[in-house]
Amino acid sequence: MDDHQRSKALSDTQMADKDVLIDIFTRADLIMQSDIKFRKMIGAGQLQIVYYPVRGQEVVSSAMMAAINQEDYLVTIYRGLHDQLAKGIPSKELWAEFAGKMAGTCKGKGGPMHITHPETGVMVTTGIVGSGIPIANGLGLASQLDKDGKVTVCCFGDGATNIGAFHEGLNMAQVWKLPVIFLCQNNLYSEHTPMAFATSSETIKQRGDGLGMRSVRVNGNDASEMYAAAKEAVEYARAGNGPTLIEAMTFRFHGHLLGDTGHYIPEAEMEQALKDDPMPILRQQLLDIQVSEADIAAIEAKNKAIIDEAAQFALDAPYPPGDEYRIDVLDVEIAA
Amino acid sequence: MSDAPKEIMFAQACNMAMAKAMADDPKVILMGEDIADEQGGGVFKVTAGLSAQFGTDRVRSTPISEQAIVGAAVGSALVGYKPVAEIMLMNFITVAMDQIVNHAAKLRFMSGGQTSVPLTIRTTTGAGTGLGGQHSDMLEAWLAHVPGLKVVAASNPCDAYGLLYSSIMDPNPVIFIENTPTYFTKGPAPAPDHVVPLGVASVPREGSDISLITYSRGVAACHAVAEKLAGEGISCEVVDLRTIAPFDEKTVLKSVAKTKAAVVVHEAVKNFGTGAEISSRIHEELFSELKAPVGRVGSGYAPVPFSPTIEKAWMFSEDDIEREIRKILG
Repeated sequence: MDDHQRSKALSDTQMADKDVLIDIFTRADLIMQSDIKFRKMIGAGQLQIVYYPVRGQEVVSSAMMAAINQEDYLVTIYRGLHDQLAKGIPSKELWAEFAGKMAGTCKGKGGPMHITHPETGVMVTTGIVGSGIPIANGLGLASQLDKDGKVTVCCFGDGATNIGAFHEGLNMAQVWKLPVIFLCQNNLYSEHTPMAFATSSETIKQRGDGLGMRSVRVNGNDASEMYAAAKEAVEYARAGNGPTLIEAMTFRFHGHLLGDTGHYIPEAEMEQALKDDPMPILRQQLLDIQVSEADIAAIEAKNKAIIDEAAQFALDAPYPPGDEYRIDVLDVEIAA
Repeated sequence: MSDAPKEIMFAQACNMAMAKAMADDPKVILMGEDIADEQGGGVFKVTAGLSAQFGTDRVRSTPISEQAIVGAAVGSALVGYKPVAEIMLMNFITVAMDQIVNHAAKLRFMSGGQTSVPLTIRTTTGAGTGLGGQHSDMLEAWLAHVPGLKVVAASNPCDAYGLLYSSIMDPNPVIFIENTPTYFTKGPAPAPDHVVPLGVASVPREGSDISLITYSRGVAACHAVAEKLAGEGISCEVVDLRTIAPFDEKTVLKSVAKTKAAVVVHEAVKNFGTGAEISSRIHEELFSELKAPVGRVGSGYAPVPFSPTIEKAWMFSEDDIEREIRKILG
């Protein structure tokens, strides 16, 4: 994006407050650096895990989570590192869980695909495409019955809109006017398959429209535009009007999982996506609104320190004892 | 409560258990297809009157969306509710298996105990009513095989009341299996505070020659056979598991250690059924004491047939139980 395009993009959408943009950048940079570090450590053999890269999708979740509170709920999916960090899970516990350690959020029993951290509202991370949607409804139903004013954000990809749970779940949410925000992070690929190959509608928004749900389609990689859409959906839900489907356009800079080269993504498409990388754009936006280079560098350095500490903690932490498998199956320990 | 009926139907017992649970705990909510009074109080009327008493916020009719129903139950259970989801017929559970198996059963474990899913799924089934292959299956073995799920099946109204109440209050996900053909069979009424703990079998008939281990409708069939054989001097003990998973191994083994012979009886297809697990556990613990290998009675290896002649031939029967007992006792 050149300067002309950038200034046009800024004038097209209402710029978010300076503090909000700094907040979004702080979260997004933590995600970007974490993703880079994970890929590096896995590549170096320091971690042996299946990893679903999130590079390219940082701004979508950072802007969404900047629009909600810690006590609001999040349901996300196996490609969820960006959502989990943006929602505020402490890096040390998150890294330790990715590494399968006892000090992890889930005592090493969930792993990267099943992160839970109720303290920060992260209630479910599912490895089953689309399955979080019906569960998000249940969280929303509880909030509706309790009148606690909480909203639930449910993240999934464009691929999830081809599974039945999406249609059942969104229909029920709309019928019951549940305070749930369905955030479809449309990175245009479901695993290896391009959207046009497997999705009948031109947009995901159309599917929400068809279900009678308030639905919007935004450039999720534009922090201000994404934040405005998120804020609006949150206010709509908190006011008791019901759910919103946000189709946030974004891109995935790596394969479906680490090791997948993404050979099925046309070169020109990837080239354009990298040119539109939301991270340098957001960084430049901060400079444009008079955040100093030194302040930005300080944010980046602080994030780096958090990540370095978390990564080392994860490596050093002990594994859970083998007997741990008998605990938490039911409310009582299973006999050996 | 002196004017309370001495006998009630199975369906009524379930209704009363839910009413008591809802009155005792404001976090108990019900959801399912057609369950509110405006939609008829359930196709079998098991939830009749509950929405009138507790309101449609707590007794919610839903779209025909089994995975959305179970998902909503899972989500609300994660944050303090005790939802009771009605999946009208057990075959429809197949539509919601992802929510049940991958989520309800596993979230406590996968979260390292940070969350739990205290939900109950009520569902009804049972062959013999000409509903054919997709409305009558007994699928308890599928569910009993999943770590993290409890599976319960009552054989009489009194137990249904006490077990359903316990299921709703249990901190774990419970599948509560009702039996359609005996919904309107009467039995002694429970006292209002009657509770049956999960995981505890009963021995409704004591005997000395052979143990008949069963649950749900199998209990009535075993009683009938036991009664008949008593006339010939064969003494059968009947063990009603009540909770299929985790099953009360102690009570089963105690009974078989005494009789030294056993038949496991269920309506579900015999192949790979719960009878195989129970039989195997008995062999593992009591092999050298047994008079003969443990027998199994179940229905045939076929989908539930429609035509009454085929359905009858396919289904487990009192004759099958009697034949198995005679074979074992030689």
